[in-house]
Amino acid sequence: MTASIAAPHPQTWIEIRPQGLFCVPGGFYVDPVRPVDRAVITHGHADHARAGHGAVAATPETLAIMTARYGAEPEQSRQAVRYGESLKIGDVTVSLHPAGHVLGSAQACLEYKGARIVVSGDYKRRADPTCAAFEPVPCDVFVTEATFGLPVFRHPDDRAEIAKLLDSVALFPERCHVIGAYALGKAQRLIALLRQAGWQRPIYIHGALQALCDLYRDHGVELGELLPATAGQKGVARDEFKGEIVLALPSAIADRWGRRLPDPVVCMASGWMRVRQRARQRGVELPLIISDHADWDELLDTFDDVGAPEIWITHGSEEALMHAASARGYKARALALVGYEEEGQ
Amino acid sequence: MKPFAELLDRLIYTPSRNAKLALLVAYFRSAPDPDRGWALAALTGGLGFKGVKAGAVRELAMRRVDPVLFGWSYDYVGDLAETTALIWPQRPTNRDWPSLTEVVERLHAAKRAEAADVVEEWLDPLDATGRWALLKLITGGLRVGVSARLAKVAMADYGGVDPAEIEELWHGLEPPYEELFAWLDGRAERPDLEDRPIFRPPMLAHPLEEGEAQALDLTQFRAEWKWDGIRVQIAARGGEVRLYSRTGDDIGATFPDILDHVTFQGVLDGELLVVAGGEVRPFNELQQRLNRKTVSAPMLKKYPAFVRLYDILFDGEEDLRELPFDDRRQRLESFFAREAPQRMDVSDLVSFEGADDLETLRVSARGTATEGLMLKRGDAPYVAGRPKGLWYKWKRGPLTVDAVLMYAQRGHGKRSSYYSDYTFGTWRQNPDSGAGELVPVGKAYFGFTDEELKQLDKWVRDHTVKRFGPVREVSHGLVLEVAFDSVHRSTRHKSGVAMRFPRISRIRWDKPAGEADRLDALERMIE
Repeated sequence: MTASIAAPHPQTWIEIRPQGLFCVPGGFYVDPVRPVDRAVITHGHADHARAGHGAVAATPETLAIMTARYGAEPEQSRQAVRYGESLKIGDVTVSLHPAGHVLGSAQACLEYKGARIVVSGDYKRRADPTCAAFEPVPCDVFVTEATFGLPVFRHPDDRAEIAKLLDSVALFPERCHVIGAYALGKAQRLIALLRQAGWQRPIYIHGALQALCDLYRDHGVELGELLPATAGQKGVARDEFKGEIVLALPSAIADRWGRRLPDPVVCMASGWMRVRQRARQRGVELPLIISDHADWDELLDTFDDVGAPEIWITHGSEEALMHAASARGYKARALALVGYEEEGQ
Repeated sequence: MKPFAELLDRLIYTPSRNAKLALLVAYFRSAPDPDRGWALAALTGGLGFKGVKAGAVRELAMRRVDPVLFGWSYDYVGDLAETTALIWPQRPTNRDWPSLTEVVERLHAAKRAEAADVVEEWLDPLDATGRWALLKLITGGLRVGVSARLAKVAMADYGGVDPAEIEELWHGLEPPYEELFAWLDGRAERPDLEDRPIFRPPMLAHPLEEGEAQALDLTQFRAEWKWDGIRVQIAARGGEVRLYSRTGDDIGATFPDILDHVTFQGVLDGELLVVAGGEVRPFNELQQRLNRKTVSAPMLKKYPAFVRLYDILFDGEEDLRELPFDDRRQRLESFFAREAPQRMDVSDLVSFEGADDLETLRVSARGTATEGLMLKRGDAPYVAGRPKGLWYKWKRGPLTVDAVLMYAQRGHGKRSSYYSDYTFGTWRQNPDSGAGELVPVGKAYFGFTDEELKQLDKWVRDHTVKRFGPVREVSHGLVLEVAFDSVHRSTRHKSGVAMRFPRISRIRWDKPAGEADRLDALERMIE
């Protein structure tokens, strides 16, 4: 997509405000970090989808996730926009396209007087059985995250990482493997990958993962038999977890909740696990490099795929990515948006 | 290379000692000769490659990687080998992974100029873990949480023998240790090293804490001074003589003044000192002669070396180590009388009556070129390692000074995200302006707990006034109580003093910086 001479450059109609990225002619924010009147939400992670906005446009899946998280928010007007559908907000046409990050995650494409900016939110390029695959959308400006914006981050094949986990389960039948994973996206993807790899036993999940696993199932994602890992006597290791796989929030594993696990092998599924010292600092015994973000090569390949002459970088390691994008001939700019968290922090 | 890389990768994440032993034994069982022997050498720190240093790894990375991106990545990862391993842009290659033996043999044979090219060829077929293991291997210092001792215990487990047997043979064997594996596999006799001047692992002492002396049955113990030099072993067998440090390093080349005078056959244990005019000189003078490749004639004259003998392990070919200490002591004295070795004497036994008497002796030790007392059971055989209940070292208490934190530097490895190395100073009057100023007196990076490290790190970040790369200058607001063994004059430091073995003994969150010690307080402690 190339803008005609008359098309206004997005820098003339997009503003960076303390609340987040603001589209002036549409009067709305994308993923604002504070409550605003009107918001377009790319996906359901809490740092992108916050409670308390007046009007929200998002995919039906993202709206369902927000309801699961924050309740119905009766004051809020909600507009469901399916992938590929568009919506007019003010003078701006907004369409949503799969971002491949988690269930319902979308890139927001904003078109105004023939100029087009795509705000990709968080995205990845790998196949993920739990969500729709990223679709490149040609645009004039591509707004990207840079979570793994350093060339040391190259995610290996996730099947090999799952094989590593299953090898360890076979090697230590007397121990329980507990995987630290986020409630939205990572947990369901791990479960789906384990099922693909042939793990048919029940998978035990921490109570905080239950609601979102149910939601994924309701949206047709097959997860197999899941059992709660929350029963049993407080503080006493449960023998029936020996040889089993348990999923929990990373914070729960290090806390008193973790005492119910018999001699656990602490695993962590995150792109950060690529760096040994980072994994060691967190007391991880089996790091699994599985990420829902694009790695370094995928970030740069995506710029080529969308063909935008200009790249704006929201959050993460923006200096290195700016440097590399400039070297490839893109005009690159760091937006210095605050309020978005690193994965796994 | 692949099994070795996987072993290192598993070890680095495995906290439990038993699990580490199991991993090592499993590796020794499955890996072929001589790969496993080279792996053992790498794990015990016995493998070095002259051609490849850390700088060479960086240069290698620069061949393929944008230096700006490498710099940002290294800042983030904090480890050169790992950064290079992760960032390496692989080119398609039809090569296979090299074996560990191929790596060792080719690098040993490679000239300095070729080494980097050889390594570059391997980096393409390897995966990130393989590259990391290769770069760790060739730059030395694996840091996978396995000590040389643990690797030897794993060997003992592997062969079903006592770890002491491995220690005993260790210094007579060389990588890739095929003789040793053959014996442990039951394919060959135990290696015979009797006619070689090999290093015998020394007997070491446990520290005695305050108050523990009262609990010992002191009638069973003999006391000696703990001389402030370095522990050495003189081994003379089969016409050869060696001088070994406590860890088995051969340091004989720089001490001809000791070795040229050895005419006896046997193995002796003692303390290496500088003795001039019949007097033991401070450790600082011995320091001048350590860690050198050669020694000059003026050096030999200015800092003459001397060995004060503590023990005898072999008299000629006779192994005395099973004898009780009291008997060995008699054998040492008669050996000394018979052989009259030059530049040596026998360390005196210190007579004492009861614990109070000992305490007085220990406290009086300062200023006498000793670090305190040694207590040894009269009936103890000479046991390699640090056996419990037989020998104790009872050091005099450390000196302390209250100093002000001035600079903090980022640590490495596990501490790469923390400011963990601290430079501290004491007050003095500026000789020109007369104003009060802080002058750096030392640097310490241990003595605090992990929890205190977090607090110190936060304090540094909150009080930074300037940054110089990995170093932050902080405002003068935090007092550290620094403990050290002694302090000496030094021309290398602006303050004119240098501490020996400084460590943080307490963080004085409560104390105002203005009330920290003055430089003269340190100067008064110089012996």
